[in-house]
Amino acid sequence: MRFLLVEDSMTLASAVLDRLRLDGHVVDHAPDVEQARAYASAADYDLILLDIMLPDGDGRDFLKSHRLARNETPVIVLTARSAVSDRVSVLDLGADDYITKPFDFSELEARCRAVLRRRGGGASTVQRFGDITFDPLAGTLCVDDRRVSLRNKELRLLEIFLSAPDRIFSKPKLVDRLFSYDEDVSDNAIEVYVGRLRKHLAGSDVEIVTVRGMGYRISRA
Amino acid sequence: MSRAAQVSGSIRRRLIGQLVLGSAVLAAVLVLLVINLARNVAQDTQDSILMASVTSILDTMTVRDGEISVDLPYAALSMLGNVSEDRVFYRILADGQLLTGYDDLPDPGAPGREGGYVTAPYAETEIRMATAERRLSVGGTPIMVTVSVAQTRQGLMQTLAQVSRVGGAVGVGFFVLAALLAVLTTQSGLRPLRDLAGAVSRRGPKDLRPVKGPVPQEMAPLVTSLNSFIDRLRYSLSRSEDFIAEAAHRVRTPLFTVRTQAEIALRRVERPENRAAIKEMIRALDESSRAAGQLLDHAMVTFRTDHLEKEKVRLDELAEELVDRLRPVADLRDIGLSTQSAGNPVVQGDAVLIENALRNVLDNAIKYSATDSDVAMRIGQQGGQSFIEVRDHAGGFPEGALHRMTERFARGDNAGGTVGSGLGLTIAREVLEAHGGRLTLENKGDGACVTLWFPAS
Ligand SMILES: Nc1ncnc2c1ncn2[C@@H]1O[C@H](COP(=O)(O)OP(=O)(O)OP(=O)(O)O)[C@@H](O)[C@H]1O
Ligand SMILES: [Mg+2]
Repeated sequence: MRFLLVEDSMTLASAVLDRLRLDGHVVDHAPDVEQARAYASAADYDLILLDIMLPDGDGRDFLKSHRLARNETPVIVLTARSAVSDRVSVLDLGADDYITKPFDFSELEARCRAVLRRRGGGASTVQRFGDITFDPLAGTLCVDDRRVSLRNKELRLLEIFLSAPDRIFSKPKLVDRLFSYDEDVSDNAIEVYVGRLRKHLAGSDVEIVTVRGMGYRISRA
Repeated sequence: MSRAAQVSGSIRRRLIGQLVLGSAVLAAVLVLLVINLARNVAQDTQDSILMASVTSILDTMTVRDGEISVDLPYAALSMLGNVSEDRVFYRILADGQLLTGYDDLPDPGAPGREGGYVTAPYAETEIRMATAERRLSVGGTPIMVTVSVAQTRQGLMQTLAQVSRVGGAVGVGFFVLAALLAVLTTQSGLRPLRDLAGAVSRRGPKDLRPVKGPVPQEMAPLVTSLNSFIDRLRYSLSRSEDFIAEAAHRVRTPLFTVRTQAEIALRRVERPENRAAIKEMIRALDESSRAAGQLLDHAMVTFRTDHLEKEKVRLDELAEELVDRLRPVADLRDIGLSTQSAGNPVVQGDAVLIENALRNVLDNAIKYSATDSDVAMRIGQQGGQSFIEVRDHAGGFPEGALHRMTERFARGDNAGGTVGSGLGLTIAREVLEAHGGRLTLENKGDGACVTLWFPAS
């Protein structure tokens, strides 16, 4: 996905940029409202991540002008305020969603997905591999003429595999990405989800291969 | 919250006291005046009758054959006697020698030409006596005749007593009326003050508009300073809200930076012991940011409940919106959220606070549930009360410690490694209590059942 991050703190911005790029996203960074407007009008982004406490104009101004300019790019607000203290909700100002700092990036991803799904965009995100069709936004997998809805963890697991076919993912890495850090799960918990995915993929030419002592990879038969 | 001021005296009591005392003095003076006037009038009447008798006796005195002849006009005297039970006495002297009558009547002094009056004790009672003189010529020698007529004063005294009784009654009546008026006047005089106090205390706690209503001129300074006080209060309130928001920002932004960098590091690190260390670090970061967040939320909630501002809140809409917000988080762990609502659950309250209470309860249900389970929310009405019930299949609260879970920082044994600060249910309970409702915790089936109860509105 292509993100625009509007964030005034440089250290925070560079951390977020690195983190999003790790997951294969393309991210631009605007340090203030002025530059954010320039970026937003120059390029097409899937999503704008907007910090609400910016030096020039609190970020709310950007939201207002963004909506006034009829820019359709959805905005997710990053806020440090608690919802209890916000006298004017950012949702009322035209944000699509907000997330409270600090957050887990899997939550941000889930929110982005939900926003994009609501917006009805994302036909472009449909992925084909072998004879399967995978739509991560809708959460569906088509094998032959069979269409299954994936549960969230299955969906994310398949997404990870498909991001790099034939690459081996170790169990610990997969656990990191599927579970939050405070969930006390063993590496073997991943087997359950691999098992489910295999059931869904049965009958296709795509399979998830166990690589002894290393992990799993997805490949075409 | 509201503390009574130190009370010293009462305007009402002081005003009434002064007015009543004033009317008592007035009433007494009035009574004395009336009695005095009555006494004077009665005395004058008796005096003029006595003097009329004296004059008519003097008029009938003539000199015949060198002798003074007295022809007592009995009509005059009997007129005196008729008036009351009083006895009448008389005495006629010629050059100081008794001509006729009672010799032992008191000495009239020097009555002069106009005549004179004395009051003196006589015959075991008190008499009033009128005296006048006239010069007669008996065979060329002038002789001074002195006529005195006296009457006892019983009738007069009786009249006076009667007048005093009536006067006293009038005085008491006057006093009672005046006292009543004093109370009424004080009451109505103090009404603007009471109205002002009422108007201020009836206000919603977040209502910080200046006091307007018409007040008497004397109260204008009070209202002016009250309004300037309200102004200052409003300013400091908005300052503390901003302060809490700013504090949250200051604490959370650096934590977020570190957390993000830790996530990146975790992706790059291979060795299990390093990975464990980084995970531990992320957990600690989450713990502290959760604690900071919950502490600030708690401060904010306390602040808002202290100044509770109520409006109509539709519980079903509020719950739907919140569920929409939480769904992505629940989805991450494949937890299904369902809502079911019945009736028309509208309550009076602060929507932001109610949402926060429900968020904490739902947050628990999601947080303590295992992956692949369901959380069910039910909204409805029962016995006039509206409720939101949240049920999960997370094994329930630790049995026995159930009632303790809403205490500050209380966490159950089942919390284990789950990140939390133990303030969620405290916040929820305080919000409900501020709204006159309550939060109930139960274990039902294989999970917890937490219900937010709102009073009938
Ligand atoms: N749905 C639930 N199922 C089982 N136990 C629960 C549930 N909700 C709360 N508890 C228990 O009650 C305790 C107190 O909950 P509370 O929400 O006040 O604090 P917390 O969740 O630990 O921290 P936080 O302030 O972050 O919410 C929890 O530690 C947990 O032991
Ligand atoms: Mg909690």
